[in-house]
Amino acid sequence: MTLELGKYASEVLSAYGVSLALLVGLSGWSWRRYRRVKAEMERVERGRDG
Amino acid sequence: MSIWEYANPKKFIATTAPVIPWAFGGAILCIVVGLIWGFFLTPDADRFGSTVKIIYLHVPSAMIAINGWIMMLVASLIWLIRRHHVSALAAKAAAPVGMVMTLIALWTGAVWGQPMWGTWWAWDPRLTSFLILFLFYLGYVALWEAIPDPDQAADLTSVLCLVGSVFALLSRYAVYFWNQGLHQGATLSMDSEQHIADVFWVPLVVCIAGFILLFVALVLMRTGTEIRLRRLRALERQAQRAAA
Repeated sequence: MTLELGKYASEVLSAYGVSLALLVGLSGWSWRRYRRVKAEMERVERGRDG
Repeated sequence: MSIWEYANPKKFIATTAPVIPWAFGGAILCIVVGLIWGFFLTPDADRFGSTVKIIYLHVPSAMIAINGWIMMLVASLIWLIRRHHVSALAAKAAAPVGMVMTLIALWTGAVWGQPMWGTWWAWDPRLTSFLILFLFYLGYVALWEAIPDPDQAADLTSVLCLVGSVFALLSRYAVYFWNQGLHQGATLSMDSEQHIADVFWVPLVVCIAGFILLFVALVLMRTGTEIRLRRLRALERQAQRAAA
């Protein structure tokens, strides 16, 4: 593996850093919201059935 | 079996729930492999130096930004014509994903442009149409949040989506419409004579596959969330009416 970014290191690393942070943030937020709403829906439906 | 069966919210959730972990897994695999391959195992380009590594993020995110809006357009048209709630909610679910992809494309384009063009930004046709597309994404998300009635919100955001499609198409074809501007022509082509060298092209295709799978996973997951939220709100209203 080579990691010789030369004089453009800051540009390349900032592109990767910001992009990956945005992708991970979006995925994490969507996943947490999915789990939370799913659990809430299951709770409400159990209450209705019970 | 008709495709319209999936307009049934329960059927949609039951069908898509098993797909989501696979799509997520595939997305992570492809993105990790593609980025490691592109970042560590490809050489610098003659003209661009190590900044060529930015294409593994810039090109896939720009593709998803444009095609995400086209997906929203199709879903919005289905809502306007057939009034299927799932399609309106799918468009709503896709908007933040497309918006983040547009932001990534703008950011990576700017940090690439600074050393290559000598400027972070130019009012180039493709860059400008992409910025307008980002503003349309922002407006679309804000409009959904601003209108309490979900059907009215779906109607108005669908119209906004139709208008914004002009800029999505402009973003896609601006390099063909106008010869002026800094942005170069298409990076990706099925014609091996036209596309970039294979050493860059293969990891790029892996990254694109990863971004497509991530978009699919996120949109399916977020659509499921929106369907459940809509049902929860309906049940809340029902309970309030019963209590009154």
